[in-house]
Amino acid sequence: MNEMTDNSTVGYMTDDGRQIGGTMMEMKNITLRFGGVVAIEDISFDIREGEIRAIIGPNGAGKSSMLNVISGFYHPQEGEVWFHGEKRPTMRPYKVAQQGIARTFQNIALFKGMSTLDNIMTGRMTQMKSSLLSQAIWFGKAAKEEAEHRQKVEEIIDFLEIQAIRKTPVGRLPYGMQKRVELGRALAAEPKLLLLDEPMAGMNVEEKEDMSRFILDVNDEFGTTIALIEHDMGVVMDISDRVVVMDYGKKIGDGTPAEVLANQDVIDAYLGVSHD
Amino acid sequence: MSAGFYYGVEVFLNGLMAGVMYSLVALGFVLIFKASGVFNYAQGVMALFAAMTLVGLQNGQVPFAHLINAIFGTHVKEFGWHMPTFLAILLSVGVMILFAFLVERYVLKHLVNQEPIILFMATIGLAYFMEGFGDLMWGSEIKKLDVGIPQGGNVWIEENTAFLGGEEFYGFYIDSLDIVAAIVAILLVASLVLFSQYTKTGRALRAVADDHQAALSVGISLRTIWVIVWSIAGFVALVAGIMWGSKSGVQFSLSLIALKALPVLMLGGFTSIPGAIIGGLIIGVGEKMFEFLIGAPFLGGATENWFAYVLALLFLVFRPQGLFGEKIIERV
Ligand SMILES: Nc1ncnc2c1ncn2[C@@H]1O[C@H](COP(=O)(O)OP(=O)(O)OP(=O)(O)O)[C@@H](O)[C@H]1O
Ligand SMILES: [Mg+2]
Repeated sequence: MNEMTDNSTVGYMTDDGRQIGGTMMEMKNITLRFGGVVAIEDISFDIREGEIRAIIGPNGAGKSSMLNVISGFYHPQEGEVWFHGEKRPTMRPYKVAQQGIARTFQNIALFKGMSTLDNIMTGRMTQMKSSLLSQAIWFGKAAKEEAEHRQKVEEIIDFLEIQAIRKTPVGRLPYGMQKRVELGRALAAEPKLLLLDEPMAGMNVEEKEDMSRFILDVNDEFGTTIALIEHDMGVVMDISDRVVVMDYGKKIGDGTPAEVLANQDVIDAYLGVSHD
Repeated sequence: MSAGFYYGVEVFLNGLMAGVMYSLVALGFVLIFKASGVFNYAQGVMALFAAMTLVGLQNGQVPFAHLINAIFGTHVKEFGWHMPTFLAILLSVGVMILFAFLVERYVLKHLVNQEPIILFMATIGLAYFMEGFGDLMWGSEIKKLDVGIPQGGNVWIEENTAFLGGEEFYGFYIDSLDIVAAIVAILLVASLVLFSQYTKTGRALRAVADDHQAALSVGISLRTIWVIVWSIAGFVALVAGIMWGSKSGVQFSLSLIALKALPVLMLGGFTSIPGAIIGGLIIGVGEKMFEFLIGAPFLGGATENWFAYVLALLFLVFRPQGLFGEKIIERV
């Protein structure tokens, strides 16, 4: 498809001088249907260690479906998912999460009745080891473990600058703040791969700038690989290393932001279909 | 104060005690409903089954004795030993956990994402299956359950409160069993609250109750959580079964305590643990006080049969979301 396919083990250097590693995740010929609707049609692409990979496309293109395939919420009828060089068997979403893939949702899926702190604590679930029995019987040990994880959660709260809403039930928070808490919960898992479905949808310019900064910082400071869906082309151009473009379930472009912008199919898709 | 007043107080206290029992049963419903959206019709039968299992184990009954005898022409009935109560309780807990596991494995798993009414139907099926299975396993005759809880009016309380009401008042009559039941219920609820607030699994339970998708995304297995929740509900059923069984024997009518939990749920809401507790207390006190103040003197008595349901109906009309539920405003 482009000149990057042949350096899948050695990686590449970005314009801003970051070293991107080998292939972390590879989608091979994925096809996903819902009854008669073909949400994803024979799509292949890869995600490299340490990169910020964007998935763009008009409404209904199949972007969220793709993220759901990666996170195990949807199971494609055809195709293979490869993770860290191994073919992944059909896997339930909670198992995928335990493998180090965290995500946020397009329509925010937080625990509305819980506080910000508790929400982010649930993100630590995959990192907590104490067994059910020890929690029930040896309360002290479990309590100690809680305290250690609490520490980590406080760091994330500081990082995302949400100290002021630590104890607020998230159902009461404004939309932009909820998105931030959801990011925090995903970060709490210390994921290898972070999937973000429209992290900036419905935000004003200032909130978008904050969110962009957080995403870049997460990638930079923790080396987290990120795949994100975003409609705002300006943001996509600013933060992503490579972009997959989807339209009507098909892949119509793949490459650096500059490359896909120059791609005639991409231009046509964006001029032909209205989107927000 | 007159003796009449103190008898009123006694009725009130006894109402509270009865309410605790209602709360306990309602709690089992709420736990399962919150975590899996299932209204578990079988909760009452679970209490019956748990109590039968406990008695059967204690008395060294041979399970399925009738079936075994019919097939092999034998006459087995009892093993001939008497199991210590503590061990029998522990084994009964094990049986309820096994039951939870089987329910998840053979019923719930196949009904993921079905309409609530379908799940409800499944639990009706489950209830009748369990009832029949319990009879087959342990026999259907009425059994006496004794786990060593003292019974009858508490003499200490009676003697030490007699001075309150003068000549005609002989002190509060409160059943020791009720007191024990109340203490056990309080301990149970307190440990459940601590568990759900301060442990990893407790938080996972709350997470699943709140949002299934989100719970999956942080690595929580819904199926594991369902097994845990049904196990806890089974444990709560066992506790309720022990208390009611000690009081009135282990027999079919024990499963009907579930019907008493219904008005409690209407009052307290189906998803609120404090609602189940306060709701149970209101109904317990309400029906006893109503009978004492209005029912017996003016209506010919026996109002306890219907009072709870009528109160719940009034509640539904004026506050459909229950005591603690949030008002649902349809988004248009
Ligand atoms: N669970 C589902 N059941 C049935 N159809 C679905 C389901 N999920 C997605 N689809 C269909 O698949 C197609 C792609 O949807 P998807 O949500 O992946 O698009 P998208 O690119 O994320 O769009 P948007 O930008 O609006 O979020 C649509 O036609 C959608 O209706
Ligand atoms: Mg989408």
